[in-house]
Amino acid sequence: MAAAQAVQEMRTRVVLGEFGVRNVHTTDFPGNYSGYDDAWDQNRFEKNFRVDVVHLDENSLEFDMVGIDAAIANAFRRILLAEVPTMAVEKVLVYNNTSIVQDEILAHRLGLIPIHADPRLFEYRNQGDEEGTEIDTLQFRLQVRCTRNPHAAKDSSDPNELYVNHKVYTRHMTWVPLGNQADLFPEGTIRPVHDDILIAQLRPGQEIDLLMHCVKGIGKDHAKFSPVATASYRLLPDITLLEPVEGEAAEELSRCFSPGVIEVQEVQGKKVARVANPRLDTFSREVFRNEKLKKLVRLARVRDHYI
Amino acid sequence: MEEDPELERKISGLKTSMAEGERKTALEMVQAAGTDRHCVTFVLHEEDHTLGNSLRYMIMKNPEVEFCGYTTTHPSESKINLRIQTRGALPAVEPFQRGLNELMNVCQHVLDKLEASIKEYKDQKASRNESTF
Repeated sequence: MAAAQAVQEMRTRVVLGEFGVRNVHTTDFPGNYSGYDDAWDQNRFEKNFRVDVVHLDENSLEFDMVGIDAAIANAFRRILLAEVPTMAVEKVLVYNNTSIVQDEILAHRLGLIPIHADPRLFEYRNQGDEEGTEIDTLQFRLQVRCTRNPHAAKDSSDPNELYVNHKVYTRHMTWVPLGNQADLFPEGTIRPVHDDILIAQLRPGQEIDLLMHCVKGIGKDHAKFSPVATASYRLLPDITLLEPVEGEAAEELSRCFSPGVIEVQEVQGKKVARVANPRLDTFSREVFRNEKLKKLVRLARVRDHYI
Repeated sequence: MEEDPELERKISGLKTSMAEGERKTALEMVQAAGTDRHCVTFVLHEEDHTLGNSLRYMIMKNPEVEFCGYTTTHPSESKINLRIQTRGALPAVEPFQRGLNELMNVCQHVLDKLEASIKEYKDQKASRNESTF
């Protein structure tokens, strides 16, 4: 029975030992374990698999995937980072730039600005095609000139009062529709995602006047095309207490983990530790620094539960 | 012990255009002389660990496959060598195709489940917002 349990542990848990991590690789391939049928079965996969969305808002999505392997979960993560297309500024035609910021630096900054446009409605630009057509390019205009404010107080030193238009934000970018884009996209839908990204700073007499072409691209080509700030995953933590922990040791144990993971309850007058919510733990492995407690706990991760 | 094996390059120039953008993958098959079609190395151009590891996992799950592994030739070159060896005399192309199809099914299923889950989350949120009125 102990052997069966050990095999089960090896198959389903990645164990964090004191000095290293064990059972990292997936071993459940057909033929490795006798008594287990590991051949691929789409129906069994579909029965065991589930996706639960934990949090979803405009800027972030957190969900759990249970029943899938690391190879495929990682492939999804890599694809999110590098192969989902977006629109971003690629070519900048500078008519006038008398600001302190060099042309190429300004062009680089403009390329990194996220654009609110659905890339599925656009095509990729063909290689060597210099002039953009309406099906693959978006045009934006940025024209800002800084002047001195004639109504400012005599001895103020606040730049917000002294100068007009001295900070160039993304809200100064205007969309210039090409061809029939004005019919396809209603007013206000094609814009930078955030209005308040600072592009450059100016002083009186300086001007920026440029035209930007946005094309569709993928993150593999240049990181500006990556649609996510980041995409990451972790495995669900699994903490088991090998023996019941009581009294002072219980308090110490709860301090070794992130708050909320271990709960100390009063049972029959004694304080007993219980694993309340292992999901919150960040696995700092503090418990291994404590001589008494490290033998009482097994830290592991569930191999097929991705958060 | 083996002298230089003569590699017969059978370039079965399969040009498949993948769904992601303009990249075209050229697929080559390389076989060592003297073996029949059950141990084959496939060279996939313009691919990396994203497809390599997940495809390797799906092919290994096939009980007919004795060995499956992949490697990136060099980080500057964007291609992978995927080797499949089957038990018995099954031609290696068959688990390769089956692995690709199974991977597509998995991804389709994950997509369906994710969309259903997102819709459910949004419905739940909407009903919770309504119930506070």
